[in-house]
Parts: sequence; structure tokens; C-alpha cells
Amino acid sequence: MSERSSLERLLLVVSLLVMTVLAGIIGAHAGEVPLPAVPKATAGSCVAPPEVMRRSHMSMLQHGRDLSVRQGERIDGGRLTGCVNCHAVSDGKGGAVTVSSPQHFCRACHDYAAVKIDCFECHASRPEQAPKASDASPDVPASAHAALADYAKEIAR
Amino acid sequence: MANVVYTECRGGQRFWTLFAGLVVLVMIGAVSALYMEHEGHIVTGMSNEIVWGLPHVFAVFLIVIASGVLNIASLGSVFGEMHYKPKARLSGVLAITFLVGGLAILVLDLGRPDRLTVAMTNYNFRSIFAWNVILYSGFIGVVIAYLVVQMTKAWVKFTPYVGLAAFLWRLTLTTGTGSIFGFLMARSPYASAVLAPLFIAMSLAYGLAVFILIRLALETSASRALGEELLQRLMRLLVIFIGSVLYFSGVFHFTSIYTAWRVDWEAYLLLDGGLYSLLFWGVYVLVGTLIPMAMLYGRTGVTRQREILATVMVLLGGFAHIYVIIIGGQAYPLKLFPGYEVTSSFNDGVVARYVPSLPELGLGLGGAALALAMAMMAMRLFRLLPKGNGESYGTAP
Amino acid sequence: MTDRSQSCGGSCGCKPEAETVDESRRGFLAGAAAAGATVLAPGVTLYAYGTAEAAAAGADPKKRWGLLIDVSKCVEGCTGCVTACQTENGWKTTGKPATDPQWIRKVTLRDPKSGATRSAPVMCQHCAEPPCADVCPTGASFKRADGIVLVDRHRCIGCRYCMMACPYKARSFVHEALEDQKPHAPRGMGTVEGCTLCVHRVDKGVAPACVEACAQTAGAIMFGDIADPKSEISKVIATYATMQIRGDLGVDPGVRYRNL
Repeated sequence: MSERSSLERLLLVVSLLVMTVLAGIIGAHAGEVPLPAVPKATAGSCVAPPEVMRRSHMSMLQHGRDLSVRQGERIDGGRLTGCVNCHAVSDGKGGAVTVSSPQHFCRACHDYAAVKIDCFECHASRPEQAPKASDASPDVPASAHAALADYAKEIAR
Repeated sequence: MANVVYTECRGGQRFWTLFAGLVVLVMIGAVSALYMEHEGHIVTGMSNEIVWGLPHVFAVFLIVIASGVLNIASLGSVFGEMHYKPKARLSGVLAITFLVGGLAILVLDLGRPDRLTVAMTNYNFRSIFAWNVILYSGFIGVVIAYLVVQMTKAWVKFTPYVGLAAFLWRLTLTTGTGSIFGFLMARSPYASAVLAPLFIAMSLAYGLAVFILIRLALETSASRALGEELLQRLMRLLVIFIGSVLYFSGVFHFTSIYTAWRVDWEAYLLLDGGLYSLLFWGVYVLVGTLIPMAMLYGRTGVTRQREILATVMVLLGGFAHIYVIIIGGQAYPLKLFPGYEVTSSFNDGVVARYVPSLPELGLGLGGAALALAMAMMAMRLFRLLPKGNGESYGTAP
Repeated sequence: MTDRSQSCGGSCGCKPEAETVDESRRGFLAGAAAAGATVLAPGVTLYAYGTAEAAAAGADPKKRWGLLIDVSKCVEGCTGCVTACQTENGWKTTGKPATDPQWIRKVTLRDPKSGATRSAPVMCQHCAEPPCADVCPTGASFKRADGIVLVDRHRCIGCRYCMMACPYKARSFVHEALEDQKPHAPRGMGTVEGCTLCVHRVDKGVAPACVEACAQTAGAIMFGDIADPKSEISKVIATYATMQIRGDLGVDPGVRYRNL
């Protein structure tokens, strides 16, 4: 093996890498992926403003899951269950869509951001009872709402 | 040491053909793993009763070999047998690649292999499994250090110390592997501390057998002559090692027979176990131990063909032995209510059925092929093997 | 023990947090617990337990939830408890017992000498020293402060070592993809599961589904706090001889059997 051949190989690898990166940049621009259409929730306001939720929903869920599973500290209406109930998207046949549909609330953004959701490997991705499209009463009780909102404020700080 | 010159393997058509074959097997293994992960374990023969199947037999076999194959290096740098010194590099590389092959199988068989980071960030220190994660990754680190000090001129003087560390680490590692089963106190086929030394004996025997086979393969394909006298020594060592496996296996089964709540498992395995009895007596004891002993023990002028055949039989017997321990041990029903005949909708009191599936075989073979392919790559890239006759018994310092 | 959240379930770490629960939340939960008690079957109210404060604070280390199964009352051929568990937790059998979920099963015992038969349900025995939690490499298998043994599916990697270690065949591995799980009983492919003692009900002050179902027919399963000498279940255990399956192993199961 001469010095030269290893230099050539190095150049080949580097140019391949550069091409891959360039292809990615060009591809991303060419695609012009449309912004996600986020479905409306069935109830009034969320536990925290959208900008807090967008940034912190994952840490809120993670904080909550350890409390529920390990400590048995539950809040009525459930944490993730509360989100799923309130953000159910009607399938037009009297039921709600599961996460297998691109219309699912969580998927709308996660598909856009290309972030895999692991929650629904185990958790139900739609409410047990079909969502009542007309009935806008929140399923999440005020106290649970308050508890989650407190945590949201904590994170925002 | 000074007069031994190490070189890379030069490659050549045979080398690359074999390598391509191994890569195909590795790909089959990868496809099997993806299929299992996508469809779930329903496509395998494994169940809620046989929770660890053929992939785990392969994985344990490879991991046991990995720690055993390092012994060739230890003989040189820990026990001062200078004739083995030229083989230390290959021995170290094989230890790493076989461990990686075995671990790849274990990881890809997980229900959630995508959560490997969870396993690396959450440790339950009461679990021998968690300890093994540390033992395995540490082993790779120690052996890499061992190789580096051997291959760096200025650091050669540290070889005995790093070699000793690697030797002690590998003993601990195999103890850990045996303890995975030894700590299962509720299951009569396991629940014995003898499993740890039994696994160490197995690692010595099967690791050596793999080393001999690979070394003989290199002799013919890469014209790296092996000193006849050295090979004779290795074969004698192999006889001693398979004898010690038989001894520990004997101790394990005799203590079980003496334990009232375990005796019916022994009666099952040794007498009425069908396939498992056949694998134990026929393949492990007869084909894998007694016949190779008869073929090699106290003989001179044994032909290469006979040596190769005997070594292959030892490995076959070893695989059957591990199959019996892992699968047979799980197939035997757990006894919840001693003294009662038990029936239920979940096969209580019934010997569990297990038929390995193709993806499991694919995954297992893929892991083994990965170990060999990585070893070949290492031989091609690094100076692991002594040139020409450099390692023959007569010329070694 | 190095596990932060596990030690948090103990006596010191979490207490302050439990006490700082805001009043509105506590008040709300008290209402929920009261509502839960009213829907109980008549036989089950007997074992009603807990207070709103306890529910709000989570698993209580002073409690140890357990079951007492009176084998003489268990009816051979009745699978009421199994069906109730399936309905509650959303698992089904598909006719392949070796790979189906097996949270609870009915076992028939026959004494070969007398020919007498008995029948009893077997589920996770919620051991005080659970071997599954000992062997779990990631700490996914764990025992809650109140003695309920669970799998934290967020941490389970599906290695199945717990299934090897369990003396009771009480755990199963999810072999196939699932959809539409019960919101209160998450379960998914590639992870291990087992009886949760209906932890989602217990946390609300309601007895497990199998207990409720059996109370309506045979009344063979009793649920309660076996650490509290004044509880119904403890009084029965104190009065009559009971046994634990494989009690010889020293794992101290929280499920006891009477008249076996």
C-alpha cells in the first residue's frame, strides 16, 4: 500500500460525505414540505399555552409517567390519556382515528419533524369512547388541569 | 519475540470468496433480526415458556468461545509459555470478534432492540445481567489494550500486566455468563453455582477448539505453517479441557440427583427427555467428548484430517450441550405445587414444545458469521500473524 | 437502590412532595375516591380501603396489598376471574397458550394418592422479594412501595430474564403487535407484562377486577392490606392456616392460599 493510494481513498470518502450532505440540503429545499395542519382539540384551552406545550410536552409526559408508574401518584383523567382524549380526531364514522392515521394529532407534527413517537407502541392512541364532536366539554377535570399547568410553568422557568 | 515478524494476510481469491460468503450470512442475520423486530417474536419458535431459544444458544456459545479463545494469549503472557506468544495477537482479536458476534445476537433478539440506550443508562446493580453489560464492554476494552501493548514496541514491557488483567477479566466474565443461569433459584435445571465453573471449563475447551480450527484453516489457505509439535500440544490441551467439562458436568448432575426437588428433572434429562437425552448422551457425551478423546489421547502421529474431525466434533458436542442446558432446562415444567398433578390452560405440568424457526437460525448463524468476518478483516488490516515459519515450535525464542 | 425514582417511593424522598399537593387537587381526589366506592359490588365494599390522602400521595410504603384465595370456594371450571381480568386489561387469548398473554390462569390440582381435585387461580404473586426485579438489568421490573410488582414498560427492553427468574410462570411477553389497548392498561409488542393487581383501580380505591368478579359468584378471592393487622384480610390470615406457593423459596408472595 503506497502513501498515494491511501490519500486517494481518503479523498474518495471525504467527497462522498460532502455529496451526501449537499444532497440533503438540496433535497430539503426541493421538497418544500408543507407545514402540518394541526387538528383542533375537542375541549377549550390546553394545560399550558401552545408554545410551552410545543417545547415541553415530552418532559411533562416523562415527568408524569414516572410519577404514575413508579410512585402511583396519578391525576384523574390521566396524563397521556388526558391528552389523547382531548386531542382525539374524528374518523368521520363516529369514532376517532388511531396513530396509524396521518391525521392523528400527535402524528401531524411528528411526521413533519420526523421524530418517532414511542408512546403508542403501548398506550392507546385514541379514547376508549368515541369523541363527541359537538360536545366541547373538557374531559380533563380542573384540578388535573391545574396540576399539569403548574408543572408546565415550572418547566418554562 | 524480537525475531518474530508479523504481517497482514495478503487476501487473494480464496480469502475474499470466503469473506463474501460470510457477508451474505451476516446479511441473512440482519434480515432475520429486522423481520423478528417488525413482526414480533410470534414468527419465532420462542414462547412464554421457552423464552430464550436458538439465538441464545448461539450467543452463549460465541461468548463462551470468546473468553476461551483468549487463553492462547494468556498462556504466553501470564503463564510464560513462550511458544504460544506468537499466537497472542490472533487470540486477542478472535476474543473481541466472537464476543461482538454473540452480543449482536443477544441485542437483536431483544423485544425492543431500539431501546439499547435504556439498557446502557439504567442499571440495576442487583442484576447479573447488568453486571454482564459492564463485564462484556470492559472485556473488549481490556483486550484492545492488551493488543495495543503487544503491538506497540515501546509498550511491550507492559504486556504481562495487561495480559494478567485480561486473564482475570475473562474468568470473571465467564463466571458472570454461567451465573445468568446459576442464579435462577426457582428452576431445578439451573439453580446451581456449579454452572459458573462449568461455563469456564466450556470456554477453555470450545475456545481452544475454535482457535485450532482457525489456525489450521490459515495454514492451508494463507500458507502460515503451524509447528507440528505445537499443534500436538494444543491437541493434548484440548483433551484435558473437554475432560474438565465432562467433570464439571458430572458434578452438576450428581449434585442435582442428590437434591430431592431436582431429581425428577435429572431423571427426565438423562433418561426420558427424548431429543434432550439424545443430545446430551449421544451428541455431547459420545460425539463431543468420548470419541474425540479416544481419537486424540495418548496418540502420536495423528493425521491433520483426524485432528480437524475431532475438533469439529468437540464443537458440535459443545453446541448440543449448551442447547440442552438452555432449551432443555426451560422446557421442563416449573413445579408450583409439589406433590400434585397439575393441569391448566397454560401448559402447567407439561414439557414445553420448542421448534426453532428459520429467522432464529438466520440470526444465530449471522452472529457467528459476523465474528468470523470481523476476524478476517482484522487479519487483512493488521499484522496479527507471524510470517512464514516464524511461529513453529523449534524457532520460537 | 441507586435508582432515584425507586428510592423516592420509600419513606423519605417523596414525602414532602406528597404533602405539598395543592388543596384543590386533594379535594378533587377525595371526591373521586368516594365516587369509586359507590360503584363497588356489595361483596367488595367489605374490602374497601384507603383514604383520599393516601390516593393523592401515591403508593403508601406502610401498606402491602395482597390477595387471599380460598381454594375450597373456588369453583372448578369457573373462569370468572380470568374473563374479568381480560375485559379490564384488554388482553385476549387466541388459542395459542404458549404465546398468548397469561396474566392469570386457572390451575387444576389433583392429588395422585386420594384422587381429590382442587382448582385455583394463579397470577403474579407480588412477592416481597421479587426475583424478577432482582434480575431485571434496567430496573424495569420493580416493586412499588405498597408491594405491587410491576413492569415499567418505558424501561423494559424485552430481554425476558424476568420470565426466566419468575417461579410462577406469571409473566408473558407480547409476541404480536397490538392496537386499541385499554387507556389504563398500556401494553405493547416486545415488552414483558403480567398481573398489575389492577394498580389503576387500587390507586383509585377500588379492588382488582378478579376480586370484584369473584365476589359476585364464589367469593373466593379477598383483597386488602396484609401489613395492617386490623384489615379484613389480615384477620382471616391470622385466624386460619394459609400458604404461599413455593413459600420455600423465601420470596414471600403477597398472594396467599387457604384450604389448599
